[in-house]
Amino acid sequence: MPDRPETPFQEGTHRPMTEEELRLRVTVAKKFMAALPFCHALDMRIDEAGVSEAVMSMPYNPQTVGDPDTGVVHGGAVSALMDTCCGFAVNLHPDCVIPTATIDLRMDYMRSAKPGERIFAKAHVYKATSTVSFVRAIAYEDDPENPVATATGAFVFSKSSKAGKTGAKGKSGELA
Amino acid sequence: MNKPESLQVVKQRRDGVLTALVDSIPYIKFLNISFDRRGDELTAVMQFEDKLIGNPAIPAIHGGATASFLETAALIELAWQRAWTMMEDGQMEAEDVAAAGYLRLPKTIDFTVDYLRSGLPRDCYARARVNRSGRRYASVHVEAWQDNRARLFAQATGHFLMPRLDTGG
Repeated sequence: MPDRPETPFQEGTHRPMTEEELRLRVTVAKKFMAALPFCHALDMRIDEAGVSEAVMSMPYNPQTVGDPDTGVVHGGAVSALMDTCCGFAVNLHPDCVIPTATIDLRMDYMRSAKPGERIFAKAHVYKATSTVSFVRAIAYEDDPENPVATATGAFVFSKSSKAGKTGAKGKSGELA
Repeated sequence: MNKPESLQVVKQRRDGVLTALVDSIPYIKFLNISFDRRGDELTAVMQFEDKLIGNPAIPAIHGGATASFLETAALIELAWQRAWTMMEDGQMEAEDVAAAGYLRLPKTIDFTVDYLRSGLPRDCYARARVNRSGRRYASVHVEAWQDNRARLFAQATGHFLMPRLDTGG
């Protein structure tokens, strides 16, 4: 995992996570991600993983083109990458103990993605309550300051303290 | 007065325009989406395939596949409604409708998906309702279901930028 600069949105609202713990989570999440057929079909990969945040990407694929005249990728494919990346970021929240699911996701499309280029998505959980986590994400080719799209979403969440009592603890990535 | 067209001719023309609209888009093929037409009413159908699965444990359709399906249903409905008027008024064939720019898809400005329940490994259906369609902007609502029309598994609302038309006189 490459080094990442400190990001301003990491506030100390969750319990701290050790390097070892983060590594373990990333390993579990990567395994889980590799088993998702739709992510596999779009050839998504994990680029970076940190506490409550993630970067994922997918290569340009002629099969996902939405406008044959220009070769621009369909917004739905970008949305799929954003959704996955947001879910992954939720999985990397220190208090997350159960696999998440999207409650809602809003996509804003700023411009067309450049044909032929890999698209990255960067997501972070900016707030997690005991039941819901709130996530923001951006999609871009090379410059995060010039996004293709942004997304905001609410995801199913369960904090360790409560979920632990019901026996769900430690089964992250295995339960439905 | 022209004599009324035969049913076959009308059907062929309408299906021709719909096919021209849908078939050229690779991502629609990739997701195996097709459109059922009853008069001017369209129902989008996404045939289930293993590759659509997002969570193999349940298994459930990936939220991104659901979002793509809904967005496609909205885009095609918008373009179809525009093309319909053009086609019906002018008795135009697919090539003429295309030449006039009526088969160009709108651009999505924003799109919000509500995931109401997990998508089961079954075929998905969706219908879009255009709530407002101006010259530049349109607002569309889409509902998607699987086994029961009344039990939606997802719904979405989005805004779209309509493509400029060639009004070359």
